[in-house]
Amino acid sequence: MSGRTLFEKIWDSHVVHSPLQEQSRREALAEAGTGDPDELLGERQELLYIDLHLIHEVTSPQAFEGLRQAGRPVRRPDRTLGTVDHNVPTIDRQLPNPDPLSARQIEVMQANAREFGITLYDIFDMRQGIVHIIGPEQGFTQPGMTIVCGDSHTSTHGAFGSLAFGIGTSEVEHVLATQTLRQSKPKTMSVEVTGQLRPGVTAKDVILAIINEIGVHGGLGHVIEYRGEVIHNLSMEGRMTICNMSIEAGARAGLIAPDETTFEYTKGRPQAPKGDEWDQAVARWEELPSDSDAVFDREVVIDGSRIKPFVTWGTNPAQSAPVDGRVPDPSALPAEKRESVERALAYMNLSPNTPISDISVNRVFIGSCTNGRIEDLRAAATVVGHNKVADGVSAMVVPGSGLVKKQAEDEGLAAVFIDAGFEWRDAGCSMCLGMNPDILLPGQRSASTSNRNFEGRQGPGGRTHLVSPEMAAAAAIAGHFVDVSEVAS
Amino acid sequence: MKRVTSVRGKAIPMDRANVDTDQIIPARHLKRIERTGYGPFAFEAWRKDPDFILNDPAYAGSKIMLCRENFGSGSSREHAVWALDGLGIEAVVGESFADIFKSNCFQGGMLTIELPKSDIDELMAMAVNRPDTEFVVDLPSQTVGNADGSWQRNFDIDPFKKYRLERGLDDISMTLEYVSDIEAFETAQTYSLPHATA
Repeated sequence: MSGRTLFEKIWDSHVVHSPLQEQSRREALAEAGTGDPDELLGERQELLYIDLHLIHEVTSPQAFEGLRQAGRPVRRPDRTLGTVDHNVPTIDRQLPNPDPLSARQIEVMQANAREFGITLYDIFDMRQGIVHIIGPEQGFTQPGMTIVCGDSHTSTHGAFGSLAFGIGTSEVEHVLATQTLRQSKPKTMSVEVTGQLRPGVTAKDVILAIINEIGVHGGLGHVIEYRGEVIHNLSMEGRMTICNMSIEAGARAGLIAPDETTFEYTKGRPQAPKGDEWDQAVARWEELPSDSDAVFDREVVIDGSRIKPFVTWGTNPAQSAPVDGRVPDPSALPAEKRESVERALAYMNLSPNTPISDISVNRVFIGSCTNGRIEDLRAAATVVGHNKVADGVSAMVVPGSGLVKKQAEDEGLAAVFIDAGFEWRDAGCSMCLGMNPDILLPGQRSASTSNRNFEGRQGPGGRTHLVSPEMAAAAAIAGHFVDVSEVAS
Repeated sequence: MKRVTSVRGKAIPMDRANVDTDQIIPARHLKRIERTGYGPFAFEAWRKDPDFILNDPAYAGSKIMLCRENFGSGSSREHAVWALDGLGIEAVVGESFADIFKSNCFQGGMLTIELPKSDIDELMAMAVNRPDTEFVVDLPSQTVGNADGSWQRNFDIDPFKKYRLERGLDDISMTLEYVSDIEAFETAQTYSLPHATA
């Protein structure tokens, strides 16, 4: 028997029971005439225990309403953490919320947290922030855990070697009521990034290159384990950027083996184990990495030394090119690919063969669960230096949490941004998905450190180019895309 | 959960790959606290184009949507299923579906039927050539085809999922029958874990 992958070790240690043995499943199989009910047929669904459930205002109200209607409590309020992030304003929070629907959703979140005894990092709490920023920041996210949230970017937490994935609202209700989920076991995929990154090339460029390689549905039905020298050498924050965008390749989750970098980052955080418990935890975590003889269902190898800073030109995250490349020419593509590229270029108002560096932007957004952490802000501020935001460009920085904001202010980063002409905002999801007033106007074009360039994602008619924080900062200064790796080397 | 047996009706050919949930229901319409009321905002941006398929009155009242690869990609919002439900859609038939969307559909009693590209090509062609073609998605017999029976294919579904859909079983009630297993798991989990209420 071959060894197990990191994913399989976490999965196996969280199976409460296999519904294989449930009476109703046996009846189902008997009815289907499939003979022996103990035989494994169909999907391998299992009841999986959930160690941490993160909730926010947008995908939880209907779940709580379901609990109320059925008269059910939250099984483990101590393993449930809430915040408000998706639709909170990032400016003038002391004023009434300009959007009555958002205001109501936030009030409902507050009321549900009170009623069901759930800890909420509310809008004026220093720890408030994007749900995938605050989990790691507070040490809630630890290796080997199962973590879910009603948000597809829950895959972020996989950077710690945890199994973390997004769920819908009905499943949120299931977890609230039972602290478990019925899940079909995904397949495994190894993505190995070899070599050394060039100067100026970041984790964001690595994940954009991976998605470009395997496509937006390359990971469907799989959990990706990112491996190799490039991944190993990344900081925790870079690893979170990688795992965050696993869903953009269609993957169920993404994860990275825990190592010294993981332990160093986790140690001393408010929720991290202390004293003897810390030593025991590390001993347990050291057993998690995939065994050397573990077999993956699919393996992909990417040469990291060839990756350049990436810019998306289209309307899904795989439609991207290196910054020294060009927008594709649909007429040069095979028929089955042509139409989607034509549609994307029409929406983005780009001509075929346009050099990426000739694309001008009028908005810049630095933030989101992909790139709203302190390292991202440091990297962007370094590029900004003493320069000014270009004429005609409106740029904003939205820290991922209240604590990231405070740290950036203490380190002098906020001053760099403000002096350059960036807006300096409060924490939230902001212009990543345009649920609050931070949106692109029709026809505006952004350089954005977020995760999705779908049509209208940042506002109806808005055009989004996904880039790293360094590339976004450089675009804010130049008014168009520039190759930060040229600057760096 | 809603009980599902078979769906009979016209089919809308949504002939685009990678239709993401931001198109199905834009984020700015996720501020409601109910499960209903999303239909008017479904495909809001694309509906501004008069040539968009949903604006074709020939497809009014369709109960099935035909899709391509990776339908429902992107966000985990179950509102995407509620929005399709608001349009009157009861089954989506496509080449492939995004994982979270597929699971949300199951929760909402929306059938997701996966067929090879060649079959989807043929279904699309039938729906385009004759928009009033009636199709039947039948769960008990695991078949999809046109109502006159001249074109029919079998589809796969996990037997346990089929059983639950046909009876409209509530997943939470089923899981709570095994609460002693959950308690036993928690008791056995002796190592320290984060404690949100501490």
